[in-house]
Amino acid sequence: MKDIKVLGMGCANCKATLKIIEEVAREKNIEIQLGKIEELQKIMAYGIMSTPGVVVDGKVVHAGGVPSRDKVSSWF
Amino acid sequence: MGYLSTLATKRPKTSLFIAAVLWWVIYQALMPMSEMIVGWLPIHRDSHFAGAVQFFLYDAPKVLMLLTGIVFLMGMVNSYFTPERTRALLAGRKEGAANVMAASLGIVTPFCSCSAVPLFIGFVQVGVPLGVTFSFLISAPMVNEVALTFLFAIFGWKIAVLYLALGLSIAIVAGWIIGQLKMERYLEDWVRNIPRVDAATDDVALSLTERINVGFSSVHEIVGKVWPYILVGIAVGAGIHGYVPQDFLANFMGKDAWWAVPLAVVIGIPVYTNAAGVIPIVQALLVKGAALGTVLAFMMSVIALSLPEMIILRKVLKVKLIVTFLSIVAAGILLVGYVFNSVL
Repeated sequence: MKDIKVLGMGCANCKATLKIIEEVAREKNIEIQLGKIEELQKIMAYGIMSTPGVVVDGKVVHAGGVPSRDKVSSWF
Repeated sequence: MGYLSTLATKRPKTSLFIAAVLWWVIYQALMPMSEMIVGWLPIHRDSHFAGAVQFFLYDAPKVLMLLTGIVFLMGMVNSYFTPERTRALLAGRKEGAANVMAASLGIVTPFCSCSAVPLFIGFVQVGVPLGVTFSFLISAPMVNEVALTFLFAIFGWKIAVLYLALGLSIAIVAGWIIGQLKMERYLEDWVRNIPRVDAATDDVALSLTERINVGFSSVHEIVGKVWPYILVGIAVGAGIHGYVPQDFLANFMGKDAWWAVPLAVVIGIPVYTNAAGVIPIVQALLVKGAALGTVLAFMMSVIALSLPEMIILRKVLKVKLIVTFLSIVAAGILLVGYVFNSVL
């Protein structure tokens, strides 16, 4: 099971990112644990400068803007 | 489309050239085409209605084409300036020249207002001076391609260049003043104590094809989002074209009303929208006789000073620094409003 966290303070792009990850995971039948980190200090601890950011199994794989479907697929 | 994307992959330069030529030919054909379509319609060419229809048929595709072209180019330029690289360019520089640099980088670095705070901390973390960080944060949202394209399409390049120059000046001077005020102690404690890091970048150079793809995705993202606002703006302009008396608002918002500029700035602060969202309002105000400086001041205030952003910034800045930031930028916008009203 993949552990995925979306970093962002709740802007529209962060919600879109959560949604697209859920959709792609459902399409590919992959079990994920999806969470979000909204607290600024925790977000900054990952060292990103643009939100939304995405962390897969503890590793930052994306920062800034809604990731494309292809990019999300490549994480699974 | 399959063939086109193969061409863009194999011969990126050729396809860019072909796209530019096509764009230019269509752009040149817009005026005769809009006249021709109006000619086919069962309406009298000299009527107000025909004038409005022709205005819309010409202006709407013109603005959208300009926007698509400029957003595409800016997308490609943006791909050279990631926030990480911009930060590395600014790290360790002294105030002064660095303010100019930061404000200029603000134009070409991709920026979304929801990232303002992480970006702010990221800059502080590598030792970019506070005033330089502010120059960047003021210029990035205010001087943007959507606002500039709109001004260029409606008022011509002189007004667009004037907006660009004044927007940059506000960002440079305001940032410089904030730097001189030595307000580092008004950062929230956790931000001041955040561990310093090196501004290393591990960017991989993109190929021209990948940059073209970045250009396409920013067209998709930006034009895809703003086109309804622009159409509404132009429709408002076209609808009023010839109907409402031109000087309807002149008494309240004309050049002679000195208090109109400060009022426009104050009203602009709680209004929260991006450059595209404000365009219909700007268009409506202008065609009803509001002075350009007053309207631009309103536009800058809406984009650069927003209440929600202040509330987010409060997490990293103490109230005194926020108030200082707000007052200096507001003063700059006031000045711009008066300058525009007096020279035009």
